[in-house]
Amino acid sequence: MPDQLLYAMEVSLNGLMAGIMYSLVALGFVLIFKASGIFNYAQGVLALFAALTLVGLQQGQIPFSHVINAIFGTELHSFGWTLPALVAIALTALVMVGLAWLIERLVLKHLVNQEPIILFMATIGLAYFLEGLGDVMWGADIKKLDVGLPQGISETIDAITFNAFGYGFFIDRLDIVAAVVAALLVASLTLFSQYTKYGRALRAVADDHQAALSVGISLRFIWVLVWSIAGFVALVAGIMWGSKSGVQFSLSLIALKALPVLMLGGFTSIPGAIVGGLIIGMGEKLFEFFAGPLIGGATENWFAYVLALLFLVFRPQGLFGERIIERV
Amino acid sequence: MKKTFTMLAAAAIAATTAAPALADLVVPNLSYRTGPFAAGGIPYADGFNDYFTLLNERDGGIGGEKVQVPECETAYNTEKGVECYESTKGQGALVYNPLSTGITYQLIPKVTADKIPLYTPGYGRTSAANGKVFEWVFNYPANYWDGASVAIKYLLDENGGSLEGKKIALLYHNSAYGKEPIRTLQELAKKHGFTLSELPIDSPGQEQKSQWLQVRRDKPDYVLFWGWGVMNSVAVQEAANIRFPMDKFIGIWWSGSENDVLPAGDGANGYKALTFNGVGGDYPVYADLKKYVFDAGKGSGAGDAAGSVIYSRGMYAAVIISEAIRKAQEIAGTPKVNAAQVRDGFEALEITDARLEELGLKGFGQPFAASCGDHGGAGGAMIQQWDAAAKKWSLITGFIEPDHDVLDPLVAEDSAAFAAENNIAERCN
Repeated sequence: MPDQLLYAMEVSLNGLMAGIMYSLVALGFVLIFKASGIFNYAQGVLALFAALTLVGLQQGQIPFSHVINAIFGTELHSFGWTLPALVAIALTALVMVGLAWLIERLVLKHLVNQEPIILFMATIGLAYFLEGLGDVMWGADIKKLDVGLPQGISETIDAITFNAFGYGFFIDRLDIVAAVVAALLVASLTLFSQYTKYGRALRAVADDHQAALSVGISLRFIWVLVWSIAGFVALVAGIMWGSKSGVQFSLSLIALKALPVLMLGGFTSIPGAIVGGLIIGMGEKLFEFFAGPLIGGATENWFAYVLALLFLVFRPQGLFGERIIERV
Repeated sequence: MKKTFTMLAAAAIAATTAAPALADLVVPNLSYRTGPFAAGGIPYADGFNDYFTLLNERDGGIGGEKVQVPECETAYNTEKGVECYESTKGQGALVYNPLSTGITYQLIPKVTADKIPLYTPGYGRTSAANGKVFEWVFNYPANYWDGASVAIKYLLDENGGSLEGKKIALLYHNSAYGKEPIRTLQELAKKHGFTLSELPIDSPGQEQKSQWLQVRRDKPDYVLFWGWGVMNSVAVQEAANIRFPMDKFIGIWWSGSENDVLPAGDGANGYKALTFNGVGGDYPVYADLKKYVFDAGKGSGAGDAAGSVIYSRGMYAAVIISEAIRKAQEIAGTPKVNAAQVRDGFEALEITDARLEELGLKGFGQPFAASCGDHGGAGGAMIQQWDAAAKKWSLITGFIEPDHDVLDPLVAEDSAAFAAENNIAERCN
């Protein structure tokens, strides 16, 4: 097999894996948009906040210690414990539920029946507030996130492909874990929405707010629920991306990677987020591989959006999104 | 009621725009404590602030004049950096050090018009080393072209004096900063016969799979790296993932902090980076910082970053600026110097081993003497290597001189082009 073809296959596989990482972020956007029609600008920051909280809890860091020390002249930094990863993840999930409740009580409750643009603006404010809160709570230094996820080349895939093609493919073991986690997440969300009372309530609200209210579904509870789930998805995304690069404030920018995925897959479809991620991931990597050397490289950031725009031209609602027609 | 409100408003405005006392020496700190590059911006800003606090607390300032360091947040954003410059220059700013090549490029024409020195140690526009053209800009002790040349000289030493037939990849932040060394490396590739491949990474650089797959395919002998922020830690992790030999991976001085290697754990062991200042906290100046600044509760941060790579570099910038102010006071014969006089101080500055020892920084930096035509200094840099087990950097070389035969014509050519574009007549003739 020609070398270029082998390399293209390796690039494609890595693109698919990268796409799954983008999908993990996009899922959070989809959940909230589907249930409430809000484009949650703060989703990337939620991932950052969740990852910061996870590392802080795991390492026993005292939240707001810089502020406490500055005010009281103390030297407090750590509780002196190190929590097991699973316990820290569970506690962080609880924090995200609490955050969802606070967001509903302090922000969304007051904006019921407002225009979508107002809600969108509220999430912009929320994003900057949470970024600042994360900084004050946990500090802005880079933190190593270690929840026991494997990293580095998969020897198995390297060996299999070497035996088959004479060239071992590189696949990061972290990406394989991310793919498995994403599959489990999508399966769980599907089962939850299809077979549980609250899942059905969530779908009812997504279909028609007014009708859902008329049969006694609490819109406010559903909002807390969906923001909690989005918070959990953000935690998963934060763990995957944080394991890759350490937990630092640029983590919030992973949202930029999710936008073309949403444009392509549709804002209301969970499978769309996955398929969109796979197409964007593979598309941008292959374009960089073939066209990058000819046009100077660093094409991935903009090409993802070009690809999404191309799809938009032919299918404005995205591949799996619901078609919205407003009669005037 | 209306009167009370007016008074309150006036008080609030006065409080938010309070200028330093007229007698103070004003050195604005254009810092970034927020945004994706905060992890580097915070220790740099803290080191910068803390050194001036030390001078104020221990020595009563410089020449008896206290130093004010008003801080302005740029978030490493060029537009915000320019806004910070505009909003602080009226306070009597004596010099700017924005820690951003993008901001530097925008400020060069502004400081030239406003006659305020711009000090960009180890970053910014390389050809500003030519004082004949860039009257108001100083970038000693080293610049990016020096860095590129030092890296190649180090590799020459490692390869018995020849890089003929070797493959070197440059992985770089796709920005003005990351592109700075390309021209020099291209010239050095011609001179030494190695093949240079250029691999840009878009900011912020969280996703670098394509570039590292290419490194894996091309198998370069060495990878040179010009990154910043999250790009650094991701690159080190990706290099470890593909099992690229870490001792053949060399970063510029902005890609060699503890933040860049700690997330990769043991995988980062052996990674190398350039540095133009000493590493670690074993310099007497840190004892003074502890005594007069941290223990007195006057530190800019918690004090736990003292001795780290980026903190030390921020402190070193403050050391050089304070020495330039001191020199300016000496030349002007008064402690109350203005920006133009501080420029004269920068141009006449000489840093010797003896002076570094007096400052509690023996061996920390390379001695240099600036002049009318030379705003770039000697340009030497050392190589530091990461020990993952000990979690510390160690110097593995002394100062390596750059290849001035290659660099000087490039600096002259680039600065001449700038002079022609901006109708600048060469000075120092």
